[in-house]
Amino acid sequence: MNVKKLASEGLVTQNPVLVQLLGMCSVLAITTSFFNGIGMGVSVTVILTLCNIVISLLRKIIPNNIRIAVFVVVIAGFVTIVDLVLQAFVPALSESLGVFIPLIVVNCIIIGRAESFASKNTLGPSMLDGFFQGLGYTWVLVVMCVIRELLGSGTFGAGLLNSGNGIRIFPAEYGALLMVLPVGGFLTLGCLIAATQYILNRAKEKKALTAPEKEKEVVG
Amino acid sequence: MLTNLISISLGAILVENFIFSKFLGICPFMGVSKKTDTAAGMGFAVIFVMALASIISYLINLILIPLGLEYMQTLSYILVIAALVQFVEMFLRKMIPSLYEALGIYLPLITTNCAVLGVVLLNTQNNYNFIESVVYGTTAGIGFLVAIFLFASVRERTEFSDYPKCFEGFPIALISAGLIAMAFMGFTGLKIW
Repeated sequence: MNVKKLASEGLVTQNPVLVQLLGMCSVLAITTSFFNGIGMGVSVTVILTLCNIVISLLRKIIPNNIRIAVFVVVIAGFVTIVDLVLQAFVPALSESLGVFIPLIVVNCIIIGRAESFASKNTLGPSMLDGFFQGLGYTWVLVVMCVIRELLGSGTFGAGLLNSGNGIRIFPAEYGALLMVLPVGGFLTLGCLIAATQYILNRAKEKKALTAPEKEKEVVG
Repeated sequence: MLTNLISISLGAILVENFIFSKFLGICPFMGVSKKTDTAAGMGFAVIFVMALASIISYLINLILIPLGLEYMQTLSYILVIAALVQFVEMFLRKMIPSLYEALGIYLPLITTNCAVLGVVLLNTQNNYNFIESVVYGTTAGIGFLVAIFLFASVRERTEFSDYPKCFEGFPIALISAGLIAMAFMGFTGLKIW
């Protein structure tokens, strides 16, 4: 079990949103306030971890032909549990996330991890993989929320800090409303993914530049 | 009644377009929009499945609600959509093989399209009656078709334009989608009376 590798894959090199480009709908739709981002991130992390646990335990029993259907039933079960728990204990969050909580069922991240990791690995690694992939999803959500909320309405942490109003960084009338609207979601995510590609490519190029030099030394 | 239906359709196609204002169905929107002809095929398949799913989910609700099983809605919807897509696939393969071949891989992919589950859940949430559900399902599908077709046409052109290397692929697609979304914002507040 390699905790460090799983962590770095989930958080950076195989980040579900920025690198694998999965689960776009929820990332674009609900990142309008800090509270939404945290709530959605935690829900998805919990569901992803639980699904990975159950599927890795059942992986030898599930017939190969109908595995996708079984995954979907397991996921839908956990999503319903989380949906009901949120409705009961955090009604404000459940209301502002709306239809996107039941839609976690068709979130490609969860079915993707079930198919590509949990159905092939034992309990421990699957659990950790679910947790770190969920964490990777959460941090992207939070970053998106902070950027869009700051530029759009000039606050930080709305719905959570300062009795729900958020900390005001600059007056609301200077905010670009566009960033809170759907347009802002597309633009912010586009720039974030471009930045990730830039950084990852540069790291690769550096490796490629230094590697041949070393070879030359050996030859020389 | 008729004005109500027209305003639902207008809302689903333009004002609250599934892609550009509700963010449902982004995965196929990004994945299948490299060419206009496949984009159109995907759009028509989605219209078909959405309309059928709206009808069937209405019938499911007739069974679930009297029994007090509303908490089973998400689970039963997704199973029904999966079965429906499978059924449509088999039906097309037998009856209209040419259409089946044209749609190819995109047909099974519709199961995981969140727009289909989304339209069903929104029908339930808005308490639409039978006719309204069917109209909403169909027109939301038409909205998806309009969006994906427009976007595919834009994307065919951005392929050859000059942009920073790190924007290659997905980021530039997202930025152009953002610009189209901005254009669609112009429909906000559109009403027929």
